[in-house]
This record gives sequence, C-alpha cells and structure tokens, in this order.
Amino acid sequence: MSLLDKIKSMDRNSNAYTIMYSSVMVIVVAMLLAIASTALKPAQTKNIETEKKIDILRSIGKADGVEQAANKHAFVSENFNKYIPEQVVVNSKGDTITGVVAFNVDLKVEMSKPIEQRNLPVYKAKLDDGSIKYIIPLRGRGLWGPIWGYIALNDDLNTIYGATFAHQGETPGLGAEISTHEFQEQFKGKSIFQGDSILTFTSVKVVKGGAAPNDPHGVDAISGGTITSKGLESMLFDCLAAYQSYFQKVKNSISHE
Amino acid sequence: MSEVKEREPWFSPKNIKLLTEPIDSKNPVTVLVLGICSALAVTVKLKPAIVMAISVTVVTAFSNLIISLIRNSIPNRIRIIVQLVVIAALVILVDQILKAYVYDVSKQLSVFVGLIITNCIIMGRLEAFALGNKPWPSFLDGIGNGLGYGLILVIVAFFRELLGSGTIFNYRVIPIDWYIKNGGFYENNGMMILPPMALITVGIIIWIQRSRNRKLIED
Repeated sequence: MSLLDKIKSMDRNSNAYTIMYSSVMVIVVAMLLAIASTALKPAQTKNIETEKKIDILRSIGKADGVEQAANKHAFVSENFNKYIPEQVVVNSKGDTITGVVAFNVDLKVEMSKPIEQRNLPVYKAKLDDGSIKYIIPLRGRGLWGPIWGYIALNDDLNTIYGATFAHQGETPGLGAEISTHEFQEQFKGKSIFQGDSILTFTSVKVVKGGAAPNDPHGVDAISGGTITSKGLESMLFDCLAAYQSYFQKVKNSISHE
Repeated sequence: MSEVKEREPWFSPKNIKLLTEPIDSKNPVTVLVLGICSALAVTVKLKPAIVMAISVTVVTAFSNLIISLIRNSIPNRIRIIVQLVVIAALVILVDQILKAYVYDVSKQLSVFVGLIITNCIIMGRLEAFALGNKPWPSFLDGIGNGLGYGLILVIVAFFRELLGSGTIFNYRVIPIDWYIKNGGFYENNGMMILPPMALITVGIIIWIQRSRNRKLIED
C-alpha cells in the first residue's frame, strides 16, 4: 500500500487527518506567497522609486508628460537626472552631512527622531532657465494614515514655487482632495517667512472657510476634510521648521557671493 | 454500464443561469444583502468601485474553483479555516500583482484590497455553493456573483460621483460656471460623499428592483 493510498483511506474526521491537512495546507500556501513576493519585489520597488521621483518632479511642475510616456520608468529617471542635479543631506544646524544619499533617506524614520538628530534631505533643482529651486520633502499624518509631499522653494528660500501632496488612504472626495491639482495650485507664491528685515518662520496655514485673497501665508482648507487639512498644516510647519538654519546659511552664502 | 454518460455542455442553460441569476433575482447585495460594508466604502468615485468589482470577481471565481476542487478532501471541522486561508492567499496575490503592475490603481484602493477578505459574499458562496458543486459551475457561480456585486457598486458609485462631486471618472460633467461660488445656482450634495447616502442609494435600487420583480417581495 503506497503512502497516497494510506492517506486516502484515512478517516476524514480524525484528528490526525485534520492536523496533517492543515499543516500541509499552511506550508503550501506559505511557499506560494513567498515565491510570489520574491518574484514581484523588483517590479514593486521600481514602482515605488519611480513614484517618488514623479512626486519630486511634480513639485517643480516637470511631471506633466508622465502619463503619455511610453516607458514611464525611463522617462522619469531621465527627467529626474536632468532637473535634479544635486541632492544634499543636512542637519538641523544647517551643516551638510556626508555619507548619506538624500533619495534613500526614509522620512518615516527621521520624523520619529528628535529634531537635532534628523537627517534632512534637500533636492536642488535646476530649471531650463537656470534658476535654482530647493525641494524639501514632507511627511505627516492625515485622518486615516500618513500623508506626504514635496515643496519647492524659490532661491529666496521664502516663496513657494510649487507643492505636491499625496496620501495613503484619506477619504475620497474629502481629505483625498489634497492630492488634486486645484488644491496644490493654491500654494504657489505663498511665503513661509513673515516680516521684511527680521524674518519670522510662519509656514503656511490652512484656513477654514477660505483664506483672504491677499493672505501670503494662508490657503483654503478642504470642506469636510478638516482633520486632513490640519494634518497637512502641521506637516508643513514641523518639516520646514527643521530647515530654518539651513535656509539661513544658504541665504548668507548667496548674499556674500 | 457500458454507455458513457453524456457530458454536460460547458454553457448549458443551467450553467448560464448560474451566471445571470446573481445579477438580478439572486443579487448578492440587493437580494441576499451581503457585502454591504464595502459597497458603502468604495463607491465615492467610479474608478475605485470598478477596480474593486473586478478584484472581487476574480477572488470569488478562483476561491470557488479551488474550494470546489478540494471539496472532498477538506476535513469538515476546519472547513471555514481552509476557506479563509484560500481567500486570504488569493487576496494577497491580487494585492501583490496590483502593486507590481498597476501601481496607480493599487494606491487608490489601498486598504480596500485587504478588506476583500472580509467580504461576506465570497465566504457565503463557498459555503453555499462551492462545497457541494463541481469546479466549473462553481467558477461560473463565482463570476456571476462578482458581477452582480460589481453592478450594484458601479450604479451606486455613478450617482455618488455625479451628485457628490459633479464628475464621472474624474471628468467634469457639471460645468464649473454653474456653481454658486462662481456665480451660478448649483451646489454639490455633500451628503452623497458620506456613507449614509450610499445606504439610501442601495435602498432605492432595492425598491426599484422589487417593484419590477414582484417575486422578490417577502410576505
């Protein structure tokens, strides 16, 4: 009697059969999922990397052709290398940290550290007209999960050139509106510092009921998306605040040139 | 005993019925009242609703097929666990494949893909049909039920997106000049975006369906 026949003749309701059945099932399923996960991992990592590059490019308005591109990955990495020639990592005192690649910094880890120990990535973009933009990555908390984004500052390190936000699972039609073009467009031209000679850091506020048209530090909140709006506001404040010394240093070096 | 039993054709009237019945008179959402929770969650916009419908159809069809293939070997005492393992494994596979090949869509659906596991339609069909039927009819039954569920999802999402956001597939249908803030007379119905209106929309669909098909009305 072969083993297979022995198994076939077993009592289907016995404990031995049940235990054997479940063990075999678990091993088979685990192996299947492990194989699938390993096989699909490279494609998934590539997607995540491209997504991050698209987000960065979008903050300087250079991601428009992505949907039409035949090979999305090639298109994105070509544009990324073209417009983002330099990446640096700084600390909260504004000093450059060597040995860390800005693109590989995991903001989720950095944001959980005290501000003095954070690695702060900066992407320097050079546009076609030769102007320099500073792109700062952002990460915060929405209503249901993390929200993140990139904000591009002009070389005065005060006015906003462009912004882009994304989210993991905010409510569609409500909080999820932060990822729409209309919402992000509002940030253009706003400034993050207040005052003429002595600058105070103010960030950009999200105003419920609509910001005044001439308010340089406010944008309209999303109706029905209050918690996401507030989360976005504190994300902007917390992330940008850490860069204050760096901004000061860059400004000093520009004015001394 | 020499005569070979005639093989049932692949698309016999009985099998066709398995496909079409769940779309109307045995609809899992409006008649059997299964899978209501996800019908509320993913129907704010049309696109996620459609992807959800396709994913659920795939998972129901294949879990029905697999369970039906191994139905005679499953120990009765742990059959629910076996069903859950099959469903969970399929859902994880779908999620991984979406992440690798249609990353945009997978981002939109985010947590809802994982929630397919908890969709009562799938387990309901496994218990009620796949455990007692051959693989091919079970597969058709899974597709039929997935489509029946998907149809309701798409109808609800159509009205919620149109009335709640003024768009269809994110394409603007109601002109922007009509809105009060632009000097017009129109305003989106904010209630449509919230779950209660999804429930009311499903209710209206049930009402219309039952007024057309009197057999569905219980005493």
